[in-house]
Amino acid sequence: MARYRNDPEAVRALVRPTEVHRDVYVDPEVFALEMEHLFANTWVYVGHASQIPNPGDYLTTEIGRQPVLMSRHTDGSIHVLYNRCPHKGVKIAAEACGNTGRFFRCPYHAWSFKTDGRLLAIPLKKGYEGTELDRKDAVQGLAPVAQVHIHREFVFAKLNRGGQSFEEFFGPSLSSIDNMIDRSPQGRLVVEGAPLRYMHTCNWKMLAENQTDTCHPMVAHESSAGTAVSVWEREAAKGGRKPMAVELYAPFMSPYEFFEKMGIRVWPNGHGHTGVSTSIHADYSAIPGYFEQMVEAYGEERAKAILDENRHNTVYFPNIMVKGPIQTLRVFKPLAADRTLVESWTFRLVGAPDQLFERTLMYNRLINAPTSIVGHDDLEVYERAQLGLQADGHEWVNVERLREPDETPDGTAVVNGTSERQMRNQFHAWVKYMTMTMTMDKGPARDGAAA
Amino acid sequence: MSAITEDDLVRFVYREARLLDEMRYEEWLDLFAEDGHYWMPAQWRQTDPRLQASLMYEDLLLLRVRVERLAGARTFSQKPRSRSHHLLQAPEVDEIDPARNLYRTYTPFHYVETRGDTKELYAGWARHELSVVDGALKIRLKRVDLVNFDAPFGSIQLFM
Repeated sequence: MARYRNDPEAVRALVRPTEVHRDVYVDPEVFALEMEHLFANTWVYVGHASQIPNPGDYLTTEIGRQPVLMSRHTDGSIHVLYNRCPHKGVKIAAEACGNTGRFFRCPYHAWSFKTDGRLLAIPLKKGYEGTELDRKDAVQGLAPVAQVHIHREFVFAKLNRGGQSFEEFFGPSLSSIDNMIDRSPQGRLVVEGAPLRYMHTCNWKMLAENQTDTCHPMVAHESSAGTAVSVWEREAAKGGRKPMAVELYAPFMSPYEFFEKMGIRVWPNGHGHTGVSTSIHADYSAIPGYFEQMVEAYGEERAKAILDENRHNTVYFPNIMVKGPIQTLRVFKPLAADRTLVESWTFRLVGAPDQLFERTLMYNRLINAPTSIVGHDDLEVYERAQLGLQADGHEWVNVERLREPDETPDGTAVVNGTSERQMRNQFHAWVKYMTMTMTMDKGPARDGAAA
Repeated sequence: MSAITEDDLVRFVYREARLLDEMRYEEWLDLFAEDGHYWMPAQWRQTDPRLQASLMYEDLLLLRVRVERLAGARTFSQKPRSRSHHLLQAPEVDEIDPARNLYRTYTPFHYVETRGDTKELYAGWARHELSVVDGALKIRLKRVDLVNFDAPFGSIQLFM
């Protein structure tokens, strides 16, 4: 029996100011409503323009559970289309990325479509003479998603019409993406290196919350980062320079005080980041030649300002995280209430020394790969949470840490770096976008009487 | 050490898998040369471990971190412990080059990693690049290419 469908009040009741009901993580009905509402009312990351540089290039992905493709049209424009032939429903593009030439061609009956989605041709068209096909959706071609916005080559889309504009939705949070781009002396990023894909048997929101959970590294990652530190301490006695890998691991073991001081900034609509004044990425060794390139490109003052911004994790609600100083972007793709595909992408800073990209790739495989010991630590606790939440002893998950009585929902604030404020921020946004398009209808289903 | 024979190389590959399956990780680490690496590419016919994405590209220091982590009291992802099983096809010897002190083998394998109630099967090809160091064969590079290197995996916690 439906407990949440058509009942925005029941959905609102899942989130209290300092607690979240377990159904947001475990209930298949809530998950289905997230796909219908939350992922349709928010601007969701689709891909980066550098992944489809040439006409005919495309990539395939999902917005929520909706299969979409992003293509580069012959005129250079970018289009986000539902990946479904309007004829019989066949997925038009099956590969993760590729080049389709001048048109997409369905492998079933050879209906073909221009790279902006418009219908190009139907074989044996005379079979439709005298029919009403011209008045059907099918002749519109591949359906475009309602709204697309490209911010400095980052492509976002929204499935629903209307609602918040891109600028209204992201507002000042775009500064984290901007900082990542500005770290290229040419102000340009390219996606390079295969994404690392890691299957998680847990709810997607556990990942989104963990990005600003600064009270877990010294606990959950004691096994990985802590061991790296202790092994290195023994090795260091023999002399030699601290390896890049140890530089990347060691800051995870920073004490609580470090994380308290680094700060968290929250923005409206569920976005926010850790690492306001400093972060675990602030003390990496300088890469020879890079600062000089930046000074030449931007002038010393601006170059310093860009490189001194060492934000840790920026969560773009609902389901991506960006690390500017490391040039990674992680997508938490929801597959089911208890199943999430995590894709971790890497960017090369165009014009910067190779060593920076080497560090980006190393960070990604040390922290985000299915073979990553840090990843093992995290996934273990997510999976245990997914199982533990079945227990009836408690129905609520606590997000109360450092709650202040005067917290304004949807505000902008900088707070103690161990606050759970950003988690509360995300759940405030969760309720908003879940219920935005949900109407109350608890009456007899579709009996004609109810409006 | 007398001249390295094909038989020496094949026995080395079998022994390495056996040490892993018997969880004799310290002895396994001893098989690596000081500058040895364990590499799991993430791309088809990958050529560069440094500027292309890999699942793993680890030197002896990082491998030692893994081995010590597996035994750690607060390694929660090893409660319960994982176990592994290697099924190797007979290794082919690709190169015996005493002049360059380079010996290469190619070993298709099936690998099972279990933990608790889960059991995952992986398949791929292991390539060993070995050298004689202080009279014993050592691993310069162990390269593990999975047949589905681009698929999303759950946690892979042990060594293939």
